[in-house]
Amino acid sequence: MRLRHFVLACVFGALLAACGTDAQLDGNTLHRGLATDPESLDPQKARSVQAAHVLRDIREGLLGLSPDGELVAAAAESWEVSGDGLVYTFRIRDDARWSNGEALTAEHFVAGLQRLVDPAVAGFYAQTIEDIVNARAIIAGDAPVDALGATAVDANTLEITLERPVPYLLSLLTHPSTFPAYTGDFADGAGAADSASNGAYRLASWAPGSLLRLERNVNYWNDDATAIDNVYYHVLVQDVTQLNRYRSGELHITDNVPPEHFKQVREEYGEQLRVAPYLGTYYYGFNLTRPPFKGNKALRQALSMAIDRDMLVNRITGRGERPAYSWVPPGTNNYDPPELGFSELSQDVRNDVARRLYEEAGYGPDRPLSIELRYNTSATEQRFALAVQAMWADTLGVETTLVAEEFQVLLENIRERAVTEVFRGSWIGDYNDAQTFLGLMQSDSTSNMTGYSNPEYDSLLNRAAAQTDLERRRLYLEEAERLMLADHAMIPLYFYVSKHLVHPSVRGWQDNVLDYHYSQHLSLDAAQ
Amino acid sequence: MARYVLARLFSAIPTLFLVVLLSFMLVHAAPGGPFDEERVLTDAVRQNIERYYKLDEPLPTQFVSYLGGVLQGDFGPSYRYRDYTVSELIAGRFPVSMQIGALAILIGIAVGVGIGTVAALRQDTLLDRVVMGVAMTGISVPVFVFAPILVLAFAVKLHWLPAGWSGAHGVSRMLLPVLSLALPQIAYIARLTRASMIDVLKSGYIRTARAQGLGTYAIIRYHALKPAMLPVVSYLGPAIAGVLTGSVVVEQIFGIPGLGSTFVTGALNRDYTLVLGVVIFYAALIIALNLLVDVLYGVIDPRVRLR
Amino acid sequence: MSAAVRVLRRAAGIPSVKVSGGILAAIALLAIALPWVSPNAYLDINFDRVLHAPGFAGMHLFGTDDLGRDLFVRTMMGIRVTLLVAVIASIVSLVIGVLYGAVAGYVGGRVDAVMMRIVDALYAVPFIFFVILLMVVFERNFLLIFVAIGAINWLDMARIVRGQTLSLKEREFVEAARLNGVSTVRIILRHIAPNLFGVVIVYVTLTIPQAILVESFLSFLGLGIQEPETSLGALVNNGVKHMETAPWVLLIPGGLLALILLCFNFLGDGLRDLFDARQSR
Repeated sequence: MRLRHFVLACVFGALLAACGTDAQLDGNTLHRGLATDPESLDPQKARSVQAAHVLRDIREGLLGLSPDGELVAAAAESWEVSGDGLVYTFRIRDDARWSNGEALTAEHFVAGLQRLVDPAVAGFYAQTIEDIVNARAIIAGDAPVDALGATAVDANTLEITLERPVPYLLSLLTHPSTFPAYTGDFADGAGAADSASNGAYRLASWAPGSLLRLERNVNYWNDDATAIDNVYYHVLVQDVTQLNRYRSGELHITDNVPPEHFKQVREEYGEQLRVAPYLGTYYYGFNLTRPPFKGNKALRQALSMAIDRDMLVNRITGRGERPAYSWVPPGTNNYDPPELGFSELSQDVRNDVARRLYEEAGYGPDRPLSIELRYNTSATEQRFALAVQAMWADTLGVETTLVAEEFQVLLENIRERAVTEVFRGSWIGDYNDAQTFLGLMQSDSTSNMTGYSNPEYDSLLNRAAAQTDLERRRLYLEEAERLMLADHAMIPLYFYVSKHLVHPSVRGWQDNVLDYHYSQHLSLDAAQ
Repeated sequence: MARYVLARLFSAIPTLFLVVLLSFMLVHAAPGGPFDEERVLTDAVRQNIERYYKLDEPLPTQFVSYLGGVLQGDFGPSYRYRDYTVSELIAGRFPVSMQIGALAILIGIAVGVGIGTVAALRQDTLLDRVVMGVAMTGISVPVFVFAPILVLAFAVKLHWLPAGWSGAHGVSRMLLPVLSLALPQIAYIARLTRASMIDVLKSGYIRTARAQGLGTYAIIRYHALKPAMLPVVSYLGPAIAGVLTGSVVVEQIFGIPGLGSTFVTGALNRDYTLVLGVVIFYAALIIALNLLVDVLYGVIDPRVRLR
Repeated sequence: MSAAVRVLRRAAGIPSVKVSGGILAAIALLAIALPWVSPNAYLDINFDRVLHAPGFAGMHLFGTDDLGRDLFVRTMMGIRVTLLVAVIASIVSLVIGVLYGAVAGYVGGRVDAVMMRIVDALYAVPFIFFVILLMVVFERNFLLIFVAIGAINWLDMARIVRGQTLSLKEREFVEAARLNGVSTVRIILRHIAPNLFGVVIVYVTLTIPQAILVESFLSFLGLGIQEPETSLGALVNNGVKHMETAPWVLLIPGGLLALILLCFNFLGDGLRDLFDARQSR
């Protein structure tokens, strides 16, 4: 009966192991949901939004964002910009420290920026700072990393030199990829390769796939302002799981709300459900390099007008999204998006005009347009595509074939522009500036999905880029968007919203278009 | 015995090589790279990343260096989780899957053998028919139908148990996933036990024992159980494979950070090295556990000589 | 083929085979016939009747799904696909398994040893993970589902057929054919294969539910059949998302899937008992 003992030992061991790990819900710990595991907590290697959320808590850049999303001083206490907009000089705080007490200096920022463009590090975001002097050459391997136009004048002074003006540079510097890199050898065995931190929190432990524990960084220069001692990020891939955890009182903040439960959640939680405009646009793009859409503006406009956007946001997405008539979302800093010309018309009138344009383009009941609509495999995308398919069929008689593809395959197809006709796309702003959206449609942009190429548009954007007067720049940008919208290069459909459940005990939460919510700005009200 | 084990281990080498080769070719044939996103990388940045992961080398070279790494237990860096190697990811997530899987199998054996024995003793009574009918249903209801129904009943409607893998419920969070995985095993083992127990009870030595006036309990406990367990032991191999497969679904449904769900997301993300690593790991695991089951069989049944 | 008829006739006499076979035949017939007569088409979307409960209004006997599509028709279409995949996949595994097993068993010797070694080696491969990989790599090709599932299940078939062939080989009529100079290929096709009918039919009925399980497993993970086409596994997957507000979306297709599997299991069991009895006699 040795077997029996063995089996008993197994049962006992497994049960013991099962009992071990209960999270403690104590008064000063904030529990946040996180949709995926950060792929890395190395600021220069990280890529996902989720990694950026955590990095904003455990690291700090030159600038940060206030609870309502405005630019504020962070590790840099002040900065100056030269008259031509090419040289930025930052003054780093004297009291800025790493979590081990060592001083944070300009050298660390130089090291961070150099790592970002270093081919050996292979950072995903390298291209975002390619306007810094020599950055392009370094990325291509043609220049040494120390040739980068970012230098430490002294311990507390950082100078960044640009090849051409980048009016949104300060916004870029709030992105984790530009955060400082610790240059000493310091690893406290917390799971990340290098867990030195200069933010309000430090990483205490990281169990991949389940939990990141953050604790207060007592060496942070503004530690007095930090209210919450511990922040737990619970990695919960399925949004339903997050909802269930919130329901059972185990999460203070969810990072999404499942679409299937949205109505129910709204009734159940009322004010705790926070839905706010988000800096992202959902669109259907045309492949402008091949027939039938190449050079056929009337057809593109007809398809755009025949889509009832109100119906889509009310009945299909149904989570407070707003119908889109522009490419750049409203709420973008220093920008007032122009709208598609027909936005004021009723849907019936739009449909009439759409039918006329459709016939003008050479199609009709006897000669219906037959196209493929590609989207990535997902129930939500499919629902949406089916609705659009029905609208095009009812109003114009278009025969649409739906093609669901794996996301990676879809992206490859879009990029190759060989088989795509209409495709699903979305764009989320990296920083709060119209450039992040408009730059995408420039002919030489690598992310230009439609193949839109209009010399006038390009030159307007270039003129805007060279412009240091913000008001004049805004006018150039708006003019460019107006032009692109009139060309109907794609169909803006709706603007995203951010959706969270936020427990009543959480104080200091403010909705903002970038949907960044630093834990250091929050506090917990024990009375709730 | 030692020679037998060595020979078995040796014969596993070509199998494993085949597994490595096939899955390596498959993942590299997959359309779309691991680094594609809507934010398209500039060519220079893309090249740097591919060089970083040595994806710019010819495939045979990549395969040879990969194989070399595997032989030393190094499955390479994960493409998606840049701070982790594949070995670290497997080491971090497999224990969760193993905990649930091992519990499910143990419960399956304990409950299944019990039910099967009772049904065999009451052969052809109403009890027997009902138990075997339930067992047949247990085999027939797929885990991905059964598990959501459990969630619906016990978590959503009754609020007795947590619906997901929640950090605050140490034991209770395991109940539904383990039950979902264990049910088909209970059913299968109960059927096996019943059939073999009926055979054993008919055999001469049991009749002798009974004639000597031994009680039913003693007969089962000291004479019948061990021989009746033999088919159950040889079923353990398939049972393990079944539980591993089932854990993919159960981990999805309950949001459990185990190896099965990691594999599915890895495949969708084109995390080549992670997917490869998991397949090889599972293949090695199944081979090792099958060997263990065979050795166990030899221990229980002295008639079997392992050569 | 008179042997086959005899087997089937005797099988029809067993109550569990009769009942489960009858239910399966009824389900299959309904799944084929009903979509033709239902007033609802299985692709029709209607956002005004999303997730309606089952009822006679609009003849939505099983209710509607999250796109307002009629679940009754979709479930019937799902059954069609599920059964079709299972039957074809079983035929694939049958053909591979019977040929492989018959050749190994008949030729024997070193060939047999090598062929069975290969089968042993393949048993250790974690197939389901391979299939997941296949589905991802080849973009969920419908044909591939058949091949993949068939490729998993042929191993058992090959082993059993080999054992059966080994005993058939020694029988007089095979011996006679060989002495008359009939070629090996011809002996396998004309004399061995037909006599494997009994064992094969038993194992096919046991293979079909396995194939159904694999197909619905893949569809549940979103790796099998793609919308707007559907199978029972895909319907269950969709049902899980809405089970809180609309439990019928999960329970009806899930229940039918379980019922079909149950019937196949009973059928296989009954046939196996019959076959074992015949063998031992």
